[in-house]
This record gives sequence, C-alpha cells and structure tokens, in this order.
Amino acid sequence: MDLAYGPEYQAFAAEVEAFLETHRDRWPSTVGATREQVLAWQKTLIRHGYAARTIPRQYGGFGAEPDILKSRIIAEGFTRAGAPGGLAGQGISMLVPTLLEVGTEEQKQRWIAPTLAGEIIWCQGYSEPGAGSDLASLRTQAIEDGDDFLVNGQKIWTSTAKQADMIFCLVRTEPQAPKHAGISYLIFSMKTPGIEVRPLKTMTGAAEFNEVFFTDVRVPKIQIVGARGEGWRVANTTLKHERGMLGDPNAAETRLAAIMAMMNEETVSGERLIDNPVLRDRLMRLQARVMAMKFNGLRLITSQLAGEQPGLAGLIVKLQGCELNHQLAAFAIDVLGELGALYEDSPHLRNHGAWQQRYMFDLGLIIGGGTAQIQKNIISERGLGMPREPKTVDA
Amino acid sequence: MDFALSQDQKLMQASLAGTLDRACPLERVRAFAETREPVARDVWGALTELGVPGLLIAEEHGGLGLGLLDAALIAETLGAHVAPTPFLGSAILAPLAIAGAGSPAQQQAWLPRLASGDSLAGAAIAETISGARDGAGVGARGGRLNGKALFALDAAEADIVLVADSAGGLWLVAGDAPGLTRVLLTTIDVTRSVSELRFEATPAEALSSGDIAATLRRLRDAAWTMTAADMLGAAGVMIDKAVAYAKERRQFGRLIGSFQAVKHLCAEMAAELEPCRALIWYAAYAQDAVPAEASLTAAHAKAHLSEVSRFVARTATEVHGGMGITDLLGLHYWFKRVGLDRQLFGGPERVRHLAAVMQGLAAA
Repeated sequence: MDLAYGPEYQAFAAEVEAFLETHRDRWPSTVGATREQVLAWQKTLIRHGYAARTIPRQYGGFGAEPDILKSRIIAEGFTRAGAPGGLAGQGISMLVPTLLEVGTEEQKQRWIAPTLAGEIIWCQGYSEPGAGSDLASLRTQAIEDGDDFLVNGQKIWTSTAKQADMIFCLVRTEPQAPKHAGISYLIFSMKTPGIEVRPLKTMTGAAEFNEVFFTDVRVPKIQIVGARGEGWRVANTTLKHERGMLGDPNAAETRLAAIMAMMNEETVSGERLIDNPVLRDRLMRLQARVMAMKFNGLRLITSQLAGEQPGLAGLIVKLQGCELNHQLAAFAIDVLGELGALYEDSPHLRNHGAWQQRYMFDLGLIIGGGTAQIQKNIISERGLGMPREPKTVDA
Repeated sequence: MDFALSQDQKLMQASLAGTLDRACPLERVRAFAETREPVARDVWGALTELGVPGLLIAEEHGGLGLGLLDAALIAETLGAHVAPTPFLGSAILAPLAIAGAGSPAQQQAWLPRLASGDSLAGAAIAETISGARDGAGVGARGGRLNGKALFALDAAEADIVLVADSAGGLWLVAGDAPGLTRVLLTTIDVTRSVSELRFEATPAEALSSGDIAATLRRLRDAAWTMTAADMLGAAGVMIDKAVAYAKERRQFGRLIGSFQAVKHLCAEMAAELEPCRALIWYAAYAQDAVPAEASLTAAHAKAHLSEVSRFVARTATEVHGGMGITDLLGLHYWFKRVGLDRQLFGGPERVRHLAAVMQGLAAA
C-alpha cells in the first residue's frame, strides 16, 4: 500500500497544471461558448494528450500508452482548476472504443477521427418500448434489399437524437435465429430519409431523451460493425464502456462538498443548517458512503494497473454509485426545507433548482444503463455465483 | 500508487485464517461461550506462535514492528472466526499507549512481555471516547486511582491494565494491585471478555511521556479502526454463509438462491459491504501514513461498518430462514459479535458527532 504518485507522475501533474494555466484564455465558458470555441479547445486537448489520449494517432487520437494514473491525474487536474475537459458523449465514450475493438480498418479510418474532433455527434439506438432490461428481445428489423438493409421499427431513450449526425443501432437481421444470435450492429446517418425523432419529455420538465422511428430506412450493408448476427457481442463491448461511465465517485464528492458549503451558509430563523444535529448526522452518514466509494475507486484503479479482474468491487459500482448520487440530491432537498421544493425560475430558488432536477434525473440513471434490479442479478450471479432464475418458455 | 495488500499481508492473513480454522472452530467458540472461560489460553497461544501479541511492538522490544493496516487485517480475520481471544486490549491499545506515552523504563518493562504473549494487558479507556454512564469515571491523586471504568477489554486475567482517567491521563495498573476489583460484564457477545473495573486507592503508575492527548487520539482511532475491521470480517462471513445456504436449500422445487427475492438480498449485502473493505484499508493505512486523515477515516469506518454490519447480520439471518435464529447453526455468534462492536467506543450516532466535531462542523 503506497498512495504516493512517484516522481514521474508528480512531474506529469505539474505539466497538466502548467498547460491549463497557459491556456486559460482558451477555455470555452460553460455557458454560451460557440461551437467553434468548443471544437478548437477539443483539438488543443487532443494535441496535448488531454483528450483521446490513448486513441492511436492514425485515428486522430494522441496515441499514448494507456496509463490509468495519468488519466486520473488529468481528470483531477482539470477538476481542481475548474477547467472544461474534453468532449464526452456516446460517440466518444462508447462508439469509438467499440470500433477500435471490432470495427474494420475502413470504419476506423472514416469515423473515429471526426468523432473525436467533435465534428460528428452520435446517438445510441438500443432500447425499444418492448425491449428494456430484456434488450436482446428487440424487434427493430433490418431486411436485406440488394446492397442495403431496410430498417423498420422504433427506438426509445435516445438521448442527443435531435442533435446527432449519426446513430449506432441494434437491429434484428435474422428473425429465425435465437434472440441473442439474430442481432446486428449498424451505423447510419440520422439524415437518412425515413427517420423521425420525437422528443420525450421527462419528469424534470426537459426532453433529455427522444423516441426515434424508422420507416424503410435504407442503410448500406457495409455499415455493419462486426459480423451479421454478432451485434449482441458488439453491443456488450459498448455497454461495458457505458457502465464505467455511470458511477463516478468524483461527482459524489463534489456534490457532498456543495451540500456542506450550503449547510454552512444557509440559515433558518437565524440558525445555520449545519447546527441542526439531525441534518448533520445525515451529512456524516453520506460522507462515510462517499469516502467508501472513493477508496473503492482507488482499489479498482490498482487492480486495473495490475491487470487483475476487480470482482465484486467493480460489479457494485453502478448500483451503489447511482444510488449514492441520488441520495445526495435527496438530502440537499431536505436540507433546504421548503426552499427545496422550488423549481425552474422561482424567486428564492437555490442553485438554479439543480437539486430537484438531479433528484429526478438521477432516478433515471438508477433505472437506465441496467436497472438496479438487473445490477443485483449481476452481482449475485457473477459476483456471488448464485443460480440464475429458471428460464420461462417464452423468454 | 498502489492501493492493495502486499503479498506479505495476504500471506499473513491466510496463515492466520488457517491457524484459526484449526485452533478455533465453531465448537471451540461454543465451548468458550457456554463455560464462560475468562481467557481462551489455547487460542491466545496459537496467536502467540504467529507473533500477533507483538504485532505493533517494535522489533527492538521483541515485536514484529508492523502497522495498523496489518493489525486491521488480523482484526478482520479474528472477527471472521468470532475468535474468543484477547486482542484489542492486549495487542493493540496497551502496546500503543506504552509505546506512545511510556518512559523508556516502562517500555522496557512491559513491551517485551506483551510481545511474547507471556503477559496479558487490558484496556479501560471507553469513557474517554463514548462518555461516562452509571457514574463511571476515574480520579487520580498521588499515584492512586479511585472510581470505576466500564467496558474494559481483555482485563479479566490481565497482568497489567491500561486505564484512562477522567482528566485525560493514562495509567498502568497491575492486575493484582490492591484496591482493584474486576467484575465480568455479560454482553450479548460471549466471545470477548468485557469487564467493569473498580478502583479504591489503587496504586498506579502514570504514562506521562510525550503528548498524552495525541496518544489518546491514537488509541481512540485505533480502537475504532479495529472494531470496524472486526465487523468487516464478521459480516463478510455472514454473507458467505447466507450465499452458501441459498445455494443448497431447496423450496418449491428450486434452490432458494435462484429466487430474486433471496438473491437480491445477497446482492444488497455484498454491495453494501464491499466498499467497506477499501474504507477500512484506507483508514488503517492512514493511522500510520496519512496523519491528517487518520481520525476522520477511522470515525467513518467505525460508524459506517456499524450500520452496514447490522444490516448484513439481520439480512443474512433472514436468508437462512428459521435455521438462522437457532443456536444449533451458530450464526448468532457473528450476529452478536457485530452487535457488541457497534456499541463499543461509541455507537454510530456518537461517532458521527465526533466526526463532525473534528471537521469543525459541530461543537464538542
């Protein structure tokens, strides 16, 4: 056990800090930055190795060897400085790793570089109204028609579909095959005729998601990723990357610090919120949980560095991380009392109404990306070796 | 950056587990509990062969010179085996106090004897952490102690007892000192010895070298970390037992572990307990390597493990169905072990209050 970074990494941390300081005038502001400013910043970040760090140079990345500690130092450095990081989104975090793993050389050449540069925005076409947790039962069909597939069906929970240029999409190409074996992974333009996007308004009041309808959408056969009928395996490559995204312990730590600051500043009838022993006890309970998840993260990094399977410590991150973030938002609302119920543009609103928004949106994160119940199946079956639920005949 | 156990630490833990499997199977625990032996000398002897009594004592005094992280791994293993043996008083608190606040002569007199396991030490410091109940409190005047201390650990047959007085002083009292009365308390956990000590003009020698307040803090933080580690071990075994039972018990023609109602309980236990392992590693490591975080991480380890292990103890028992509450199965030894750990050195509310105090969020 040794939590020091060592001289090479200390020097690297200093490099990150110096970079951010000398480029401070080019940081795109969090509100109102132009697309040009954002893309220029992304380009600068890639050139210096602070975005797309381990993507090979020939595909538009920086081409560094994977080094988890350096990635962590970059993330920490940017957070500490309050600097905007590289672009995220489903194209960069999910499609690019998938193409690198299973794409053809031509697909890698064509799609990765502009995606990293932020020139192409992607959305993910997985879930359907009838295929949520049981994703493999999806029914959007792609029928062969000459050199093309004709795609018909419907997707749901498609965030960024309105802005997206492209979609990576799971479709059923072999209707006679067993459900996991009949799926293919297609990528195509959202401008293709026959695609309709309808915003899906959620309880937050915003339309963070969409429904996407396909009517005779023509997709060239060469735009399949992986082989026909292999889409389930390809998708699991991508889902693996998504699960890593959804339980970030740094987010919880930042939230906890914000709540603590709020409790120190806000008063009720002249008494500071932090002086209320019941609220303080809840704060301390959450602080312990945030700490435990943070140290669990250190453990995961170490096992990644050693090339070991993290086991239970990794399997529990999505379930516990999303739940913790949700609990933090719930607590912040309780701390605010009646003010906690204010929303949108109300007078007396705190923190732009973010706590209520997060409380509602984060409930979606507990459900999305593999529901809490599916996570518990995974933990008990893969982590604890417990028997699976017997299959029913029609499943 | 390396947040993992070393090969040596893994080996040490495995070798202790093997020793306890042999020296301290459930029948031995049961015999200890049912006959109310004050000290299981045979189990202590087995630990002595591995050097556990001297684990924190410097090599120059005949110990192993290891740190609190190593100690936490041992505490975890003892909790996993519900081992009826002195440990926290004799191998942790007394050696830390004597090394931290004892004169060279006191260290020379006691540390080698404790390290060899020949002498046993108790520790009566609970009131300085969790407050005084039922008129407890120890006054010191002219080298003599008066009053009483509750929840003294490992004190029943101890040759020497570490005592904290009500004014923040530390003392060593011989086990056979005149005016010392030891009364065994009966707790739900019958695997460890907890006593009340009564002092009537009892002669004592002061431990007064160095910063006594810092030593008291170190004792408190170590006590929290070790009880947390004990809970981690006990709760981990309860999950293992629940999972094993759910994989062999059949009802409605199925293994009960295939019912989501049952397997989700197991997943919830594992999801709650697994991050605790990292929390305890960090807290224990911080005791020696990150002084600025030592107290807060120890407090959170103690309070959080208290909550999680209560949940695990209750849930694992439920997964066992009616068998879970029988004496025959013996799961209750683990249930009760974490039940005592939770209350010792402050229940979670008390410890969280102290966690707020140390961050300047509350007045003491």
